[in-house]
Amino acid sequence: MHADEKFTYETWPAAPEKSTLESKNKFLGFWFFLGGETVLFASLFATYIALKDKVPSTTHHLAKDLFELPLTFVATMLLLTSSLTSVYAMYHMKNFAFKKMMTWLGLTALLGLGFLGLEVYEFTNYVHEGHTFTSSAFGSAFYTLVGFHGGHVAFGLLWCFTLMFRNSKRGLDLYNAPKFYVFSLYWHFIDVVWVFIFTVVYLMGMVG
Amino acid sequence: MENQQLNSGNPRVDIEYRRRKNAEEMRYQVVSFALMIFLTLIAFAAVYIKGFTAWFTVPFIILLAVVQVIFQLYYFMHMSHKGHEAPSLFLYSGVLVGAVTILAFSTIIWW
Repeated sequence: MHADEKFTYETWPAAPEKSTLESKNKFLGFWFFLGGETVLFASLFATYIALKDKVPSTTHHLAKDLFELPLTFVATMLLLTSSLTSVYAMYHMKNFAFKKMMTWLGLTALLGLGFLGLEVYEFTNYVHEGHTFTSSAFGSAFYTLVGFHGGHVAFGLLWCFTLMFRNSKRGLDLYNAPKFYVFSLYWHFIDVVWVFIFTVVYLMGMVG
Repeated sequence: MENQQLNSGNPRVDIEYRRRKNAEEMRYQVVSFALMIFLTLIAFAAVYIKGFTAWFTVPFIILLAVVQVIFQLYYFMHMSHKGHEAPSLFLYSGVLVGAVTILAFSTIIWW
């Protein structure tokens, strides 16, 4: 099987994400990258845990004064649901249903966009309350960790839109199937990081 | 052809088989999604209902997060499928280094 072969529903392989040498390498390389990302986010979490609520004076807000659970809950639901929609996209990819895959990918991106919008709104509110990147060690650690995650979401959105635009007329083949698959891995990984952010930053922040 | 071993000689039968298998996997995915939502709800409720002490709540919600992430990795990211030995090695190496970093920063470092 080679990358520019034309397929039909009947000839499409069972594992299109790993059917050429290039895609096998892509798969392996991407998981290696995710191992590195794990270390990156773990060190940002470590920094945040060490610097949580470390503020220069009592006029500064602490975690439990700042965070609002309803907003975090809605953001969590948006991102979690977008993880499911990208699973649906990969389901249709395996069944060689290009249009359905594109629809679910579009839905994934839309939910991601909603999440990012909420994060921007949240950060704007914090800045108005005097909690900024430079206001305290707590602020620096918070915006670095949560902002890095938000940056990953923004990059994922650009990635998704680029994939959809570039392949809009190509249809599915063994050249782009691994690209879609690797994007979905990235998107799930963003969700994995968010599970720890809503737990460690927001929920533990409210506990005190 | 890598999917040769799946072939029974009748392409129509193979397609039906694969399609059913994909649909079955998709059902598992939806079930794990429902469980993930459920775990999230419990975690938020445990914090929202202010009846528990931090000594209980913090380990409890971290446990819920770890379970949820295992669902995400093994079902959504297919780590339960064959051919994921190298990904497991990469990921768990990252987790090991990360865990040691978090342990160090939260115990022996002070500011």
